[in-house]
Amino acid sequence: MMRLELVKRPQRSALFSVLSPFIAFVLTMIAGAVLFALLGVNPFNAFEIYFVEPISQIWQLHELAIKAAPLILIAVGLSVCYKANIWNIGAEGQFILGGIFGSIVPVLFPDFEGPFVLPLMLLLGMVGGALYAAIPALLKTRFSTNEILTSLMLVYVAQLFLDWLVRGPWRDPQGHGFPQTIQFGDSAILPELMPDAGRANWGFVFALVAAVAIWLMMSRMLKGFEVRVLGSSPRAGRFAGFGFNRMVFFTFLLSGALAGLAGISEVSGAIGQLQPVISPGYGFTAIIVAFLGRLNPLGIVAAGLVLALTYLGGEAVQSALGISDKVARVFQGMLLFFVLGCDTLIHYRIRLIGFAAPKLGAAPKLEEAR
Amino acid sequence: MDITVNILLTVATAATPLLIAAIGELVVERSGVLNLGVEGMMIMGAVGGFGAGYLTGSPWIGLLAAIIVGALFSLLFAVMTLSLATNQVATGLSLTLLGLGLSGMIGTSFVGQPGVRLPNLYIPGLSSIPVVGKLIFGQDPVFYISIALTAAVMWFLFRTRTGLTLRSIGDSHSSAHALGIKVIRYRYLAVIFGGACAGLAGGHLSLVYTPQWVENMSAGRGWIALALVVFASWRPWRVLAGAYIFGAVWIGQLHAQAFGIPVPSQFLSSLPYLATIVVLVLISRNKRLTMMNTPASLGQPFVPDR
Repeated sequence: MMRLELVKRPQRSALFSVLSPFIAFVLTMIAGAVLFALLGVNPFNAFEIYFVEPISQIWQLHELAIKAAPLILIAVGLSVCYKANIWNIGAEGQFILGGIFGSIVPVLFPDFEGPFVLPLMLLLGMVGGALYAAIPALLKTRFSTNEILTSLMLVYVAQLFLDWLVRGPWRDPQGHGFPQTIQFGDSAILPELMPDAGRANWGFVFALVAAVAIWLMMSRMLKGFEVRVLGSSPRAGRFAGFGFNRMVFFTFLLSGALAGLAGISEVSGAIGQLQPVISPGYGFTAIIVAFLGRLNPLGIVAAGLVLALTYLGGEAVQSALGISDKVARVFQGMLLFFVLGCDTLIHYRIRLIGFAAPKLGAAPKLEEAR
Repeated sequence: MDITVNILLTVATAATPLLIAAIGELVVERSGVLNLGVEGMMIMGAVGGFGAGYLTGSPWIGLLAAIIVGALFSLLFAVMTLSLATNQVATGLSLTLLGLGLSGMIGTSFVGQPGVRLPNLYIPGLSSIPVVGKLIFGQDPVFYISIALTAAVMWFLFRTRTGLTLRSIGDSHSSAHALGIKVIRYRYLAVIFGGACAGLAGGHLSLVYTPQWVENMSAGRGWIALALVVFASWRPWRVLAGAYIFGAVWIGQLHAQAFGIPVPSQFLSSLPYLATIVVLVLISRNKRLTMMNTPASLGQPFVPDR
């Protein structure tokens, strides 16, 4: 019988704060190998199909960018929330509302064309996401209602609302009864970056710009300092005159707007119309991206690409090996687990203690730890 | 009259999984741990219960498997948050995400397969009493377990010494530790109990409520159970009341859809989620009540200093 014991480090370990995502990744690979073996597939073969083949050609890199863009956009917004110790987990709903608000122009005013259409759609998308995120923020500040539960419940409501829209009032009358809106006109489509090489669109640029902007805010501006202070010590924040309620609204509106932008970018870029389902769980996967990226916007860009690859790999093993593409979700979940576990190493040393071990051996180490 | 009885019967069936999952989570939170993975443990219980029942043909083995799967899955959370002191909110979320993915993968081959259903228990004689007979003496076995569980948890938390110790840990883990109480051990057991309950609730879904496997069949019930614990301000009998109110909302909207009420079905389907938000707001605006009842060390990691 062994027992784990955590020994607090005198200061956080710089080494492990860099290493921990990589250790987590290696552990995920090992667990993944076991998983594939259990499914009766040669792990090396499966890994090649999962992680290498989906990014071995240029057009595939474009597909990676399409999947990574919404993940990065949403996750950088969430990282600000989580740094402030505010838990918005309803980004999936804000993503959907962004998609719906942005689609108001091309669906209800299809004759309105020109260069203003797209900026207006993107703006409306951000407004939609932000407004939807304002609900849990308002409830938290006015009634101190737990924002985790309210923001999550609103995801289900948003999914049902979208379902009603595309089956009811917004359904394409010439669509042979299919639950979808009309195809957006040319001026409502987010352009592709390099149409000759692949499908990646401007959404990926938005994601990179947002990541750099949030990185600057968090590391160079007073607002970022405010977020960090209120997150690590609300009391100290109050003494410094930082308002907690203002911070709740700021983080929710910011993350909601970014999720909304991701939503309308996805709808007008990758899809081109509204459908009953517009997201394969981006809003939830982005939570994993945020943590894997250590809540640092630049780390999040890298993490977003990794998680985008898990989506592509899931599709690849499904078509090549006949394994359910749910395997992607399992990989994502395991990755988050291992990251959280490895993060313990930043603040603690882990000692394994056997029950039979003599006490004498342990005593000097205790002194050393103090 | 018969229609009313049947509606009330279905309300009880809809309330039972909410009640069981919430009662389990209540014990976990009373020990000072916030496990947001209820949805994930529930769906794992549902797929484990369905799978075992389908493969063995015995719903009872299925139910047992659901409990074991839920407990084992919660052990993952316990190791992370209690032994490795990880952030409880993030770990709970990842447990839910992992559970939804893993259950989807495991359940791929179960989709569309006919399941087995736990038979209702009819207590001879008593179940033929009009109205009350069927309601109280003709339910599925898990219904009785849920009621007994609520009573047992009530008795355990407020009438036993161990229950008192558990609550003291939830209010101040440092004081409890200073008194020589094994904080981590208590919390391990509480989390595993919560996992077993969530698993049982999931088993009820796939072995009684709709005896088949549908992906994401828990449909947010785990989250509603979490909300119920807050709504009940951590008191078991209020969880019971809350679960039945939500069971009624859930069934009410289904019946309203069947009656063809001229309201879009999507709006009716969103009622349980909207009701959850409304109820949470109503309860949390009374700040004194919430402050008095919330376990003081809820959600805070604890690392014993030696």
